[in-house]
Amino acid sequence: MIDMAPSLALLILVGVLVGTGVVLVLERSLSRIVIGASLITYGVNVLLLMSGGRAGAPPILGQSEVSEMADPLPQAMVLTAIVIGLALTAFMLAMAYRSWQLNGNDEVQDDREDRRIALAAMRDTVAERVTDDSGASLDEQAASVFDETEDLPAATDSTRLRAMKRLHHRRGRRGGGAPQ
Amino acid sequence: MIQLLCAYAVTAMLAPTLFGAFGRRAFGMLALVPAATFAWALTQTGAVYAGAYPMQAVSWVPELGLDFVFRFDVLSWVMALIVSGIGALILIYSWGYFGRSAHHLGRFGGVFVAFAGAMFGLVISDNTLIIYLFWELTTVFSYLLIGHYHERQPSRIAAMQAITVTTLGGLAMLAGLIMLGVIPGGSFSVSELVQAAADGSLGQGVPAGLVPSAVVLILLGALTKSAQIPFHFWLPAAMAAPTPVSGYLHAAAMVKAGVYLVARLAPGFASVPLWRPIILVAGLATMIIGGYRALRQHDLKLLLAFGTVSQLGLIMVLVGYGDRAVALAGLAMLCAHAMFKASLFLVVGAIDHEFGTRDLRELSGIGRAMPVFTATATLAVASMAGLPPLLGYVAKEAALEALVHDSQWLVFGIIVLGSVFTVGYSLRFWWGAFASKPGVDPVEAHRLDLRLGLPIGILALAGLAAGLMPGFVDRLLAPYAQALPGPDGHLALWGGFGLPLAATVVVIVGGLGLFVFRTRVARVQGMLTIWSADQAYRKIMLGLNRFSRDVTALIQTGSLPNYLTVILFTMVGSGVLLVILRDLPTMIMPRLWDSPVQAGIVAVACVAAFLVVRSRRRMKAVMITAFIGYGTALLFALQGAPDLALTQALVETVTLVVMVLVLRRLPPYFSNRPFGSDHARRVIVGAVVGTAVALLGWIGVSARVDPPVTVHYPEEVFTFGYGRNIVNVTLVDTRAWDTLGEISVLLAAATGVASLIFIRERVRPKEFRKILQSAVKSAQVWGLQATPAAEAELMVSKFTQPQDPIRPATSSRGRTWLPGAATLAPVRRSLVFEIGARLVFHPLVLFSLYLLFAGHNNPGGGFAGGMLAGIALVIRYLAGGRYDLVLAMRIRPGALLGAGMTLATTAALVPVFFGGTILQTTVFNFTMPIFHEVHLATALFFDIGVYLIVVGLVLDILTSLGSEIDRQAEAEGSSAPEIAYDEAADVVNEEIEVGEDLRSTDEKVAVSDSASTPAGAAEGEAAQ
Repeated sequence: MIDMAPSLALLILVGVLVGTGVVLVLERSLSRIVIGASLITYGVNVLLLMSGGRAGAPPILGQSEVSEMADPLPQAMVLTAIVIGLALTAFMLAMAYRSWQLNGNDEVQDDREDRRIALAAMRDTVAERVTDDSGASLDEQAASVFDETEDLPAATDSTRLRAMKRLHHRRGRRGGGAPQ
Repeated sequence: MIQLLCAYAVTAMLAPTLFGAFGRRAFGMLALVPAATFAWALTQTGAVYAGAYPMQAVSWVPELGLDFVFRFDVLSWVMALIVSGIGALILIYSWGYFGRSAHHLGRFGGVFVAFAGAMFGLVISDNTLIIYLFWELTTVFSYLLIGHYHERQPSRIAAMQAITVTTLGGLAMLAGLIMLGVIPGGSFSVSELVQAAADGSLGQGVPAGLVPSAVVLILLGALTKSAQIPFHFWLPAAMAAPTPVSGYLHAAAMVKAGVYLVARLAPGFASVPLWRPIILVAGLATMIIGGYRALRQHDLKLLLAFGTVSQLGLIMVLVGYGDRAVALAGLAMLCAHAMFKASLFLVVGAIDHEFGTRDLRELSGIGRAMPVFTATATLAVASMAGLPPLLGYVAKEAALEALVHDSQWLVFGIIVLGSVFTVGYSLRFWWGAFASKPGVDPVEAHRLDLRLGLPIGILALAGLAAGLMPGFVDRLLAPYAQALPGPDGHLALWGGFGLPLAATVVVIVGGLGLFVFRTRVARVQGMLTIWSADQAYRKIMLGLNRFSRDVTALIQTGSLPNYLTVILFTMVGSGVLLVILRDLPTMIMPRLWDSPVQAGIVAVACVAAFLVVRSRRRMKAVMITAFIGYGTALLFALQGAPDLALTQALVETVTLVVMVLVLRRLPPYFSNRPFGSDHARRVIVGAVVGTAVALLGWIGVSARVDPPVTVHYPEEVFTFGYGRNIVNVTLVDTRAWDTLGEISVLLAAATGVASLIFIRERVRPKEFRKILQSAVKSAQVWGLQATPAAEAELMVSKFTQPQDPIRPATSSRGRTWLPGAATLAPVRRSLVFEIGARLVFHPLVLFSLYLLFAGHNNPGGGFAGGMLAGIALVIRYLAGGRYDLVLAMRIRPGALLGAGMTLATTAALVPVFFGGTILQTTVFNFTMPIFHEVHLATALFFDIGVYLIVVGLVLDILTSLGSEIDRQAEAEGSSAPEIAYDEAADVVNEEIEVGEDLRSTDEKVAVSDSASTPAGAAEGEAAQ
């Protein structure tokens, strides 16, 4: 059984790196978030490595004694994590750049649709586009229903225009109409 | 049967193409499929009536009892003829009905055929789950058909109502069907289920209420589908569908599905408690209310729709009653209704088609102008009213007769009342459609298109023919009724003098009375405001919307920091919970440090981390971060992880360059806002999370009780992985699956970066030389810089520099050190850097290859090697600009990434062909000159794949975040502003906030939509 006693110095470093990383990740500027993610990555990598036990000799056969070696498994995990960290950084930077290009800033904004919902909840309103119902009665609805049965030269906008005219004509004759 | 279903499916998919090629004639082709179904059903008549029901079965998921089982018995035969016959006729009718310019006929035709196919599948299925499948298919297709004119609100509302109501019932039905499928004696086969229910073996030993509750659930499905009270409102609204669809929906499909299911189950389940009360109450109420509301409609289509509601109530009562004679009458009524209602809807469609209106107040004189048309339609109306000698009369007489026989006076009385309404609205329909009305201009005579007239005529005459041959119809339908208890019933035109005949006379006289006094009836109806299920539905939907809006507003705030805080606290909370719920392990006291050097690095790194948080300049933060990164590399080396140290150092270098490449385009300061109270909150969260992670790390290390899995790694690595570097062998052999996943992530990330940055096509290799020449001529790369000082410098340099750009020292063969560097703006060139880059580039590439090949036994490997090669490219790019990068690496990053992935997966798969497992390593030993003995492990090829992907990743990042951003910057001629944007945005934001309160919500939405992007951003800020 290898010596599992952790190094207090490394524990502190993990805490500091993760903590500062979290502070930055909670920011709205994407470049700060990228940097924060990097700090968290460092911290977690150190944590992973530390979980393998005390420092040891490089895990290379023939160069060091097996009993002296550091645990190689966390090392393998951290190695791929490092490279993936680069990919993540690059991707987020690309996002930051694109955001800057499009919006003139690299800030992560609140979702506008969610804001709108919150506002609607505060005012207790339901927009008509949500219910998609003008409240027209069945008769009013029926009056606006017609099929495309006419032979018009071509299916163009004029078709709809004439159909609409026909509709209005009908409504007018009935002396009432659906509020539209 | 399966072949026919496939024909429906294929035709439905081909329909848009057919309509594209043949126009409306395609309706005629589509009609062939239901027509073929009709013909096939006729050929099966002999077999069906001999009791040899055609059957087909295809296993699907036998474990769930989910199998395609088709059984063609008498009820299926009747329904299939109705579904396919009317389907074919309506398709032909549609051919003449729709105008040449009608939109989306391809979609319409396809969905219609699919709808007909789903209905056909429904009536021939013997498996309850497959019935449910087709049931919901008819729901979906009817949704699409009702919403055909989806740009109109009434169509959308109607389609939504139909699908909401019927799916609600459908889901309940599914639950009921599953309950009946899994209880003792239950089955997913309908025939077995009905048999079991009939002989009492269903649900033995289960609680008494189980089968009735399953039945209630199933009936809920049937009642919603067949538009019974209180779910009837969707059917009248569904008149928003094109008229042919309405005809099919009301007469043969969709609403008939509910009735069919009741008819199918009645032989076994009519005696189950709750069945009969539900059927009778819902059916009779539906019959009365439907008829009552039909009496006052002005729109002929709406009148018919309420008529259908009423008729469905009657049919539901009759087929669900559970008596042989009543069921016979019910099935006859179902057939009669199919024929007259289909033909009447088509009549209304024809009137709409010819005269442009369905309003009975505007129609006059059609009877005089078009006598043949009117006579045909009159047959259908008479059948609806139940007048002799039509099938409607025969069926109603049989029903009354059987009820009298059964002494069900209440039911009898209500049906008579409902029939009075039926006669009343039938007369109103006939008068409204055909009569001459004073004060309304009579219409001119039209010659009806044969495609419109023929289906109407066939359906109306079929009702007459069936009415004239009641004995024949009796023989066809009676076998179904045999399954039910009770005395035999009879279909006849003349049932002798008796109560039913008297009732018929009462019905006709009452109906006439309703019609004659229609104005007074309407006045009375107008005074009685009846409770409307439609309004209740709307209230419920509104309530649901409110509820979902409130829940969404509560938990979906739309703020990324909030979400992250929740996630982080969940992580910490679950860790704390684990510690609380389980006993803490004996904590191993940590030592202070492994070595004083480690402590020193940690101290510096910690200070640096705090500086990063405090930093307000981007570049400063990046530099300090890189410093910490190199620090961790040192820690890795101290910890005994040379591979990690190497990779971390290389990656850190690339990361630093990449960050600088991007951030040079962004403003130097993160933001000009001061740290506010939000910052304090963030610091608290950070402190909590950081402490928690460190403590959990400590606890985790202390909790370790088993030896690590890696104790056997040293021997295994050498024996099976043929390498000495344990970490590398772990990556390419022991845990190579992980690595495969990780390089896939790299591939995806690289692609993501490129697609975020490249908004135009990349330059083709062929064109590159030409572009390079022109770029050398202009020498503008990196020439633009926004800072006034740099610009001034550039201007000065333009005048002071000779027109011919300085060429760097050339070799003896006349080649430049870095050919691409000639494209750089003169002020941006550094001779020393160019020469240095030229000198180190090849050694670096060579050394990266050494790391790759040596990695199996020494520190190195694909990741480190690839990263070093990437750094070589970075140097070329920095020294020579983007053109030199292309010259250094003529292969596109995508090709590299693809080649790497291909190589890695091939190397992973090859061992399989030699009898090994995926990713197994084998070694080839051979002697080569110079190298002497060579051990070539196949894992090396996997590692080469990793190497290529890493090089590809770096190259991809360089071309995207380096070259392309350069190009865009030069094209735009602008650079980062000195300050962040938010001052201007705050102003706009305030304007919005002030204006908002004065406007209504809808207007506010419009404002935010039209507001410019910074305003939107500011709005987001305001949410904090």
